[in-house]
Amino acid sequence: MIDRADSAPNSLPRRERMKIPRQQMPEQPPAARATNFTEVNLGYGPELAAREALRCLDCQKPACMRECPIGVKIRDFIDLIIAGDYLGAAAKIREDNVLPAITGRVCPQEDYCEGSCVLAKKGESLGIGYLERFVADYEHRMGVVHMPATVPTGKKVAVVGSGPSGLTVAGDLAQKGHAIRVFEALHELGGVLSYGIPEFRLPKEIIKQQIDYMRATGIEFETNVVVGKTVTIEELMKEEGFDAVYIATGAGAPLFMNIPGEQLNGVYSANEFLTRINLMKAYKFPEYDQPIVEIRGKDVAVIGGGNTALDAIRTALRLGARNAYVLYRRSEAEMPARAEEIRHARQEGIDFRFLTNPTEFLSNGDGWLGGVRCVRMQLGEPDASGRSRPVPIEGTEFDLPLSVAVISVGTSANPVIQRTTPGLATDKRGYIQADPETQRTSRTGVFAGGDIVTGGATVILAMSAGRRAAKSIHEYLTTGVW
Amino acid sequence: MFRVVRAENLAPDIYRLEIEAPRIARKQKPGQFVIVRVYEEGERIPLTIEKADPQRGTINIVVQSVGKTTELLNRLEAGDAILDVVGPLGQPSEIEKFGTVVAISGGVGTAMAYPTAAALKKAGNFVISIVGARNKKRVILEREMRDVSDELLITTDDGSYGKKGLVTDGLRELIQNGTHIDRVLAVGPIVMMKAVAEITRASRIPTIVSLNPIMLDGTGMCGGCRVLVDGKSRFACVDGPEFEAHGVDFDTLLHRNAMYVDAEKRSVERCHQEMESHD
Repeated sequence: MIDRADSAPNSLPRRERMKIPRQQMPEQPPAARATNFTEVNLGYGPELAAREALRCLDCQKPACMRECPIGVKIRDFIDLIIAGDYLGAAAKIREDNVLPAITGRVCPQEDYCEGSCVLAKKGESLGIGYLERFVADYEHRMGVVHMPATVPTGKKVAVVGSGPSGLTVAGDLAQKGHAIRVFEALHELGGVLSYGIPEFRLPKEIIKQQIDYMRATGIEFETNVVVGKTVTIEELMKEEGFDAVYIATGAGAPLFMNIPGEQLNGVYSANEFLTRINLMKAYKFPEYDQPIVEIRGKDVAVIGGGNTALDAIRTALRLGARNAYVLYRRSEAEMPARAEEIRHARQEGIDFRFLTNPTEFLSNGDGWLGGVRCVRMQLGEPDASGRSRPVPIEGTEFDLPLSVAVISVGTSANPVIQRTTPGLATDKRGYIQADPETQRTSRTGVFAGGDIVTGGATVILAMSAGRRAAKSIHEYLTTGVW
Repeated sequence: MFRVVRAENLAPDIYRLEIEAPRIARKQKPGQFVIVRVYEEGERIPLTIEKADPQRGTINIVVQSVGKTTELLNRLEAGDAILDVVGPLGQPSEIEKFGTVVAISGGVGTAMAYPTAAALKKAGNFVISIVGARNKKRVILEREMRDVSDELLITTDDGSYGKKGLVTDGLRELIQNGTHIDRVLAVGPIVMMKAVAEITRASRIPTIVSLNPIMLDGTGMCGGCRVLVDGKSRFACVDGPEFEAHGVDFDTLLHRNAMYVDAEKRSVERCHQEMESHD
């Protein structure tokens, strides 16, 4: 690998760059943050960002860019940071990513850009997510978010769902001059970003900022519309004049475990638990009216090992849980959660119980949860997902006292749109079928992407589907060819 | 914002609100409900749609004060607004010509039974309605129910109006008199629906109940409204709210609906204190 042209702003020799350690993200101390909902990561200042950016090796063929699901021009924006042009860096990211302040916070960088960074082979990768977050926040603080000017095309697109996939499609298509209206079922915009991800990981204010920028470009938002119920896809196209529709309603329905005791009071799905806290602000009860069961001084467990599970249990900890357990049937290596979240959770005092699977929720004798019966597991042969299949070890059952349990074992397809849209093909599990390249569905003019197509995945994969869909919708609107 | 066009007192603590909601008015079918959030700090609660007027672009909801949110709703006057109204949610009632249908409702449940009874009547059924209330003052929608029923029986707990007794007494009497019943619809307090189910189970009369578990999003996303039907977990918001009564585990529902009683009490007390300090 050779250095880029002399014009590259980084004049530091490569050997020197590699001597700079990865700049630590300033964080709230674990003991303090375990009792508040303020963001854990405090963000780089210009000094840290400049030093971190200098570590970039300016690869001729940057693996980070190749791995980014939405194609952010990482090397170019890093160069702009080194040159001190933070606003230029933000604008460069915005060419491919309408939600940089959000992906900078929640994208699993270790699986994509940072995981492929050459620096990671000999030490620690470049802090690409931290740098992305820095320029997005800097741009916001300066109050100069650059939105490209557009020429109206006269075409109208309806976007169903205001989560990461819907927002990406809306942002990309608005930049092409199409008129966009986003429909949201809840009273708040942002989808899973709002109801799912807690304040301490993604402040609501950040989501609001990003959406306000989109509004400023002329994108319209309508809340309280459950497409499929309040209005159908067909009505949107035939009566309301939309030329295309993008369905991005998310995975939707929570899975339960189908074990005894799931109806006991105190057993929640992660979606319900997090929605009560994040969307309805039950942690501020009684200033806010929506309640949640008493957590303070109680023993709480989450079942599952994904980001949602960790969000739920770290939330319970902040609400004063005495013991906060993660019960996960595989081992730490198989956990799907982001590495940073696992590290943060452990620092905060979350009690991880690996190779442990609940078999029954136990009543306290009064219809409320009193405990959970678990069995120890061992890892067997790899299953369809490629991960080792967990197998129960006979005779290892034990009971754990518990007042609140949060089930976070995945989701299944929400059927509302599929039931009310004739001719919309779905797969065996009820997810909408869409072409993986074009995101086209079986119905002319209707596109779909994100979790409602793939099943529960990540913010960044939902956004990448949105990018592909935007490209393909634009093509369809321009050529008229399906 | 959803503007209140009309607020009308129907009985002590029970109001009918007509709300501007053109999209919902266009789509509403009997048996469906809305979820409302009155103000920014408010909770989301489900309420059945009593009637929709697509021309006027309005829907009616009938609200009984049982907690803070319903109390706030019942203080609204024409010209006030509700922050969020979303719907119509849930599966519509199954409407076809069954033959003779008995529509049983208790208390504010009559407002939920009414649109379905009306649709059943229109579909050619012989509709016998049994409307129950604690006393005369609490009988609601009598004229409306009379209009859509071939026979109407009113029962009050204290005998101050209609027949003294419970709606289940009326149902038992019909069965004992040998009335052929093809289907029963029961909407009201959980204990009432459970009692109806017990009676019709013995007579093997298909019976539909409209369940009212605690709900949050109302779109199938949270699973908080799960109810046990035939031993399986079903979501009342998207699979219901109507279910075949004989499979419903009413005791679990009763218990789950009491999950937040302490919080609700605190909420109401605090609300009253605030109102007093404003007076």
